[in-house]
Amino acid sequence: MIIAQQKPVKDIAAMISECKKVLLVGCAGCVTVCLSGGEKETEVLASSLRIMRKMEDKPLETVTYTATRQCDPEYVAMIDNYTKDVDAIISLACGVGVQYLAERFTDKWVVPALDTKFIGGSTVHGNWEEKCGLCGECILHRTGGICPIIRCSKSILNGPCGGSQYGKCEVSKDVDCAWQLIYDRMKALGKLDKLMEFHPPKDWSKSRDGGPRKAIREDVMID
Amino acid sequence: MQYAPSVRIIEMPCSGTIDHRVLLQTFEDGADGVFVAGCMEGDCHFLKGNFRAKKRVRQVKAILDEIGFGGDRLDFFNLSAAQGQRFAEIVKTMTDRVMELGPNPLKLKNAKKEGGAA
Repeated sequence: MIIAQQKPVKDIAAMISECKKVLLVGCAGCVTVCLSGGEKETEVLASSLRIMRKMEDKPLETVTYTATRQCDPEYVAMIDNYTKDVDAIISLACGVGVQYLAERFTDKWVVPALDTKFIGGSTVHGNWEEKCGLCGECILHRTGGICPIIRCSKSILNGPCGGSQYGKCEVSKDVDCAWQLIYDRMKALGKLDKLMEFHPPKDWSKSRDGGPRKAIREDVMID
Repeated sequence: MQYAPSVRIIEMPCSGTIDHRVLLQTFEDGADGVFVAGCMEGDCHFLKGNFRAKKRVRQVKAILDEIGFGGDRLDFFNLSAAQGQRFAEIVKTMTDRVMELGPNPLKLKNAKKEGGAA
């Protein structure tokens, strides 16, 4: 899932300082799971902003709505009725959601309440880790299910660098050396020989090279 | 055993049901101070309800500090149903603290707007 974290309330308040009525839109997707932009977080932020503005003697009216997803036009369209008389829309989605709202509500001031951090998962409740570098062509079958693109600080594809010490990365003692993990796992699986296979250089044109990417599947398109 | 008459008790099935939104709402509605009384540590019927409540109170205190309202108006205490005397003491502690902090600043803004004494 996409991991995002809420910006400081003061920063969000500064973005809407001139507004009298705002719509806060939560997202029931990834940001609900990572506890940063779901229904509850949306209402807590609305309450925080109201209290803050009331203390400044500039009361703020808030409307809250949590979309099933902010990254699909049909769910964004369901927000239409809530936007009529608001001065701004605060999106508690990832950067994708903010852009979908800005694209649909062209006459509204749309601002982000979250900082989108990375693609990852949770280890324990409240702790998330980056796991995927979105490189566009997965090689996890060659690396024992451990991604060297994002988990190796240098994204090296042919083994550890000289900064690998006692299984840790030179970047921080809290960061495991991805290639040590890969080696250990392949060894445990009895597949070390797989690491000796030659592969052509990775095709980075499938990654960010060439600008924003598109994925098109005509088989699932509805005419 | 006596305690300040200004206290309004809201019963919850378990302190673990306390939600950030409920706590913030109390202040928006004009409460000068709020304390959450959870069971003694180790005595929670649901095992972790009081610990969760304590954590949530801490989070809301941080939010109140962040937005300039002041987290001191909110606190958490462990208290068993048999500790009436302790309850009275906590009420006194919180009442004294709130007296020192003054009325809820949001209430003052309302009073100003309605033409009442600020």
